[in-house]
Amino acid sequence: MNTEMLDVVAVNSLKKEVPYFEVGDVVEVSCKIKEGEKERIQIFAGTVIARRGRGINEVFTVRRVANNEGVERIFPLHSPNVVGVKPLRSGKVRRAKLYYLRDRSGKGVRLAQRHTKHAVNR
Amino acid sequence: MAMLLGRKVGMTQVYDESGKMLPVTVIEAGPCAVIQVKTTDTDGYNAVQLGYQDVKESRRTKPLTGHAAKAKATPKKFVREMRLGKDEQPQLSAGDNVDVSVFAESKYVDVTGISKGKGFAGGMKRHGFHGFPQSHGTKRKHRHIGAISSFASDAGHGGNLKKGKKMPGHMGNVTVTTKNHDLVSIDEERNLLVIKGAIPGPSGGYVVIRGSKKA
Repeated sequence: MNTEMLDVVAVNSLKKEVPYFEVGDVVEVSCKIKEGEKERIQIFAGTVIARRGRGINEVFTVRRVANNEGVERIFPLHSPNVVGVKPLRSGKVRRAKLYYLRDRSGKGVRLAQRHTKHAVNR
Repeated sequence: MAMLLGRKVGMTQVYDESGKMLPVTVIEAGPCAVIQVKTTDTDGYNAVQLGYQDVKESRRTKPLTGHAAKAKATPKKFVREMRLGKDEQPQLSAGDNVDVSVFAESKYVDVTGISKGKGFAGGMKRHGFHGFPQSHGTKRKHRHIGAISSFASDAGHGGNLKKGKKMPGHMGNVTVTTKNHDLVSIDEERNLLVIKGAIPGPSGGYVVIRGSKKA
């Protein structure tokens, strides 16, 4: 299989500029939502707990606790419906996947803030 | 009717204008050389013979070279005819080159290829039979095809099966046509066709692409 030729096709669907954020960041994801005829932007805020996939298949998982219930949404990074990702706060993490946050509640889900080498802090 | 020869490159995904993700197959198609034009007068039917990809020089045989030379072309690896109707006069002449731009107007395409061989396959895989329960006393018959005939259904001639009874056997490695694929995009520079959905055969397999009857 000639992956170079496949990339040539998929590259048109990739975003030219991908917002910079890392696992552990608290982000606001703006998402296009269609209600009947109307289109509006919905914002989902939470912690990025995972990023996986390459190229057009890259997705990231955002977790938040709403009304005492953990909610996770998986967004395709390059989807035109994901309008923007705004990092608000960077987290100090030592893992690529923060699945351990699922077992925690209350104050336990907070991550220490990281102050260096991050777009948010620049 | 437009027709082109090519090779399957593989599958990937793209987004359409509405933001929906589409599964697409990329085909490297053409440029194809017209090796021969057949007409009712000379051959009894109308057709255009297309060839795709050169044969390596060391593997060219004299008959192959001679046939292609009549059209001032080089011998081709993959040769197929575009059959035309009785009254349809061929628009192309020998020596012409055809590339992906023939599909510029098309919205849908049909793709013919040779499916991946699956070897000797059982009834469940080959015909989608349901098999038998995994429990409740089933013994050594979980993937069996069941009864193939009965004395009664055979009008008393026990032992005769209905012709065409679906049974285990060789699966795949046959010519398959998948129809009415949406033509997502054309890359004329790189000779690529991007179509929606899966097509028969492995990546790198030769395929024939035709414009669909639908629209």
